[in-house]
Amino acid sequence: MIRKSAVEMAAALAKGETTSLALTQAHLDQIAAVDGAVHAFLHVDTEGALAQAGAIDKARAAGEKLSPLAGIPLALKDVLTQKGVPTTCGSKILEGWRPPYDSTVVTNLKRAGIVILGKTNMDEFAMGSSTENSAYGPTHNPWDLTRIPGGSGGGSSAALAAFEAPLAIGTDTGGSIRQPAAVTGTVGVKPTYGGVSRYGLVAFSSSLDQAGPCARTVLDTALLHEAIAGHDVRDATSINAPVPQVVAAAKSGDVKGLKIGVIKELNGDGYQAGVRTRFDESLQLLAAAGAEIIEVSCPNFEYALAAYYLIAPSECSSNLARFDAMRYGIRVGDEAGASAESVMNLTREVGFGREVKRRIILGTYALSSGYYDAYYGSAQKVRTLITHDFIRAFEKCDVLVSPTCPTTAFKIGEKASDPLAMYLNDIATIPVNMAGIGGMSLPCGLAPEDGLPVGFQIMAPAMQDQRMYSVGAALEAALLSKWGAPLLSQIPALAGSK
Amino acid sequence: MSSLSRSDVANLARLARIDMSDSELDALSGELDVILNAVARVQEVARPDIEATSHPLPLKNVYRPDVVQPSLSNAEALSGAPASEDERFRVPQILGEEA
Amino acid sequence: MSPVTYDEVLAKYEPVLGLEVHVELNTKSKMFCGCTTEFGGAPNTQTCPVCLGMPGALPVVNEKAIESTILIGLALNCSIAPFSRFARKNYFYPDMPKNFQISQYDEPICVNGYVDVAIDTDGGPQTFRVEIERVHMEEDTGKSLHVGGATGRIHGADYSLLDYNRAGIPLVEIVTKIIPGTGKYAPEVAKAYVAELRDILRSLGVSDVRMEQGSLRCDANVSLRLIGVETLGTRSETKNVNSLRSVERAIRGEMIRHAELLNKGEKVKQETRHFQEDTGLTRSGRSKEQAEDYRYFQEPDLVPVAPDAAWIETLRAGLPEQPTLRRKRLQSEWSVPDKEMAAMINADALDIVEATVKLGADPAKARSWWLGEISRLANEREVALTDLPISPTDVAAIVALIAEGELTDKLARQVIEGVVAGEGTPAQVIAARGFKVVNDDSALLAAIEVACAAQPETAQKVRDGHLPAAGALIGIVMKETKGQADAARVRELLLQHLGHTI
Repeated sequence: MIRKSAVEMAAALAKGETTSLALTQAHLDQIAAVDGAVHAFLHVDTEGALAQAGAIDKARAAGEKLSPLAGIPLALKDVLTQKGVPTTCGSKILEGWRPPYDSTVVTNLKRAGIVILGKTNMDEFAMGSSTENSAYGPTHNPWDLTRIPGGSGGGSSAALAAFEAPLAIGTDTGGSIRQPAAVTGTVGVKPTYGGVSRYGLVAFSSSLDQAGPCARTVLDTALLHEAIAGHDVRDATSINAPVPQVVAAAKSGDVKGLKIGVIKELNGDGYQAGVRTRFDESLQLLAAAGAEIIEVSCPNFEYALAAYYLIAPSECSSNLARFDAMRYGIRVGDEAGASAESVMNLTREVGFGREVKRRIILGTYALSSGYYDAYYGSAQKVRTLITHDFIRAFEKCDVLVSPTCPTTAFKIGEKASDPLAMYLNDIATIPVNMAGIGGMSLPCGLAPEDGLPVGFQIMAPAMQDQRMYSVGAALEAALLSKWGAPLLSQIPALAGSK
Repeated sequence: MSSLSRSDVANLARLARIDMSDSELDALSGELDVILNAVARVQEVARPDIEATSHPLPLKNVYRPDVVQPSLSNAEALSGAPASEDERFRVPQILGEEA
Repeated sequence: MSPVTYDEVLAKYEPVLGLEVHVELNTKSKMFCGCTTEFGGAPNTQTCPVCLGMPGALPVVNEKAIESTILIGLALNCSIAPFSRFARKNYFYPDMPKNFQISQYDEPICVNGYVDVAIDTDGGPQTFRVEIERVHMEEDTGKSLHVGGATGRIHGADYSLLDYNRAGIPLVEIVTKIIPGTGKYAPEVAKAYVAELRDILRSLGVSDVRMEQGSLRCDANVSLRLIGVETLGTRSETKNVNSLRSVERAIRGEMIRHAELLNKGEKVKQETRHFQEDTGLTRSGRSKEQAEDYRYFQEPDLVPVAPDAAWIETLRAGLPEQPTLRRKRLQSEWSVPDKEMAAMINADALDIVEATVKLGADPAKARSWWLGEISRLANEREVALTDLPISPTDVAAIVALIAEGELTDKLARQVIEGVVAGEGTPAQVIAARGFKVVNDDSALLAAIEVACAAQPETAQKVRDGHLPAAGALIGIVMKETKGQADAARVRELLLQHLGHTI
């Protein structure tokens, strides 16, 4: 059962073939069996999940009208608050913190009756592309346990690939949903900025952060998207408009007459051969399905990475200032005679990891007087240029596509000592965040040279998220008929896996 | 191109309230120099006539009505506090300016 | 070192002022969250994830705060920016939960206004124009309690206790341009400006403007330059100036302190100083080793404020009368002499007297009750006139009852006492205490006969034309009627009784 899609599980629940309690227990068992090796979870809320599942079964038995995903288990990235459940953001500084409030995403999940299994591992405060920056140890890619599962949301993507959960929530600031999806052979969507509330999402870079759905199929992802999206009065940057009809789009999967733009700058040099092979094959499948493939140019994308590594650190230097040992989290050095200032300094030194400190210092510099215009101010102008590139490209086509990442999953430790090499992983995903538009990654095959998953990225204009789902569903269907079975059926079995 | 000296990084660490060791400062100033050289590329295209984007979407005038909503209880507010006393957050002595 | 006199300062230097006033708005909820702004709640019971700066929480702007700020800008003759933004001011301090303050930086909501203030000078009344540079919005911090150490002050404390109930209360900061050319009247101009600002804010109804409670706080920047020299001197910024009188004292004190330093050839340090109410002097704040760098940038969690012109015009059309114009109008409508008008303003009684008059009371009567008996009770209790539990409605009722002959002045005083003591409305006090003016002539005549019989010699004196002696007899009558008789009527009847024609 745990290898099925959420839609299939929901059908089984509706027909009474299983219960949410049984389904939840099956996933808890799988977690117990494989998570020692994968380390997707930082906290498993066994009691809470079973209680929620029991309540859903009761409601179903009482004949209550339930939402489509009611009773289905989910893995929650540990960057979203859930009342009473530990929330660490993968950081030591928040060790032991149990928030007294639910994030809006969690409120919406609970309202939809989705069972929250626990909190998943991540790069500390979502800063990273490998989940190696977690204070609680790395997550391993279920395709190859010596490799990274992507980041920052590597815990959520690994949980999906290891069949520990059929649904997961990620957050995407520069690719943290899409890149993990790509390297684990799963589906992940970064909705339009403002499409899903950020209330209760512990901020890394406020103007870039966006929570989104992750699953193993495009339709499952669409159902989860509709469950968590919508206007929220608690988030001033939330869009007050109807949620795009992503489920309908995922069901129809129609691309006839659709113009698909291939971004010249996000393909070619620096992209692994097998990644390019699978990407080109996918384009052919889409063309065969009736889409028109054209090439477009976004000349300013080459500056996106540089702008991103100024904007995100700048905002994070301010967002992470609140972790000061005064109101929550750990406190270090509180000895007789110590001052608040020295306790703050010591706690932040001990509580933050290397990458977080690096970015805080970089951001502090970029915002400081005398340097603001040269760095932060210039980066904001590049942001404008990137947005203009997208606007011009979308005048010629309905969606844009590229490989999600330049390479397949690399080895754990391979890039840990070279920040710039690590940052290059996000080269294709970052422009989407800069412009605030939507982006999806779905699996498009295994690279011939290493047998690891390759991700196909689809980008749509703001609040046109349904277009990504149409194209994604069409490609998924074409690939499925080519392969005969989902890509994940080829994943090596983990020891103890059910 | 400005390069970051060790004392620049020490000053930034002070502003950011991070108590860095000498070896950490040494390592970081080297790394930051490399990163800064890479990100400084933004200056190549950031012409004066280009408008800066601070928000990804053109939203404006988002307000909430002046209506009181329930607050957290004192216990909830203090639930994560490293130390508390008399219904308040207890913090080490503040060596700041008198407010 | 010989102290410098104020006149000696002015002989050599010209003072230049700059004033920053922080006003707490009286919205029901906080600036960026729904927590109540009510004063005096138990510690940390008026907080939420937003104002505690918890991870994940987001601010949302209170619309009423925007409206109030625009009103303030309009009343101060400012332009309202068609587009303005919030910014983060980054610095660490334990009373500030996020370790940044949401404020406005280079894009404030109101700019370029002015306030005209009138003061008395040697040459008669003179008006000074104080130019306003900007009006912007921000949020207040929490309050800390310092435990241990000798004085409960921050220095020498063992630790501090933080209460975040005030964190996130909406603040408006009103910043003047530099104010040159006030000469020896600098302290008076500053005081008059703050007083005028207070009156304007009160008339707008946007703040409680209680300096003593901190809902209006003034920071005074003072510098001196040699007369005839264009360059500005180094300024000091004095914080904690929490009464009108202190504004005046702080500025005068700083002018003298600066002059003493400059005369000795020393430099004035650019620094923050704290005003000491007890001594009237300022004390240097702890100087920072390095200047703060606030690293301002646009608040990414909030979207721009772009008030549409129609809204601004609606607000402009609804602006209340300017306090100075209103004072002039009321003075002439009520025919009040200058001195009494000043007394009424000083006693903060203008609003309540006007309200009483609007309820039908004679202006002179309303004024005399509020500034007389009721002020006396307020002084006794050491509270503001408006804080006494007696309303313009009560006073208007009392004035009406006197006019109808239902109350004597003496009884009215007791009724006021009763109302203030919490015994109810004037009617309830009258009923409960059994006050009834004795208008029945036969009852009064009976009492007069008793009085004359008790003091026949006095009665004879009155008969013989020695009218002042009548007072003793009237006293007896009033005693007999328990004070409920109208003394004037008693006098009339007594004199008639003793053979005088009135």
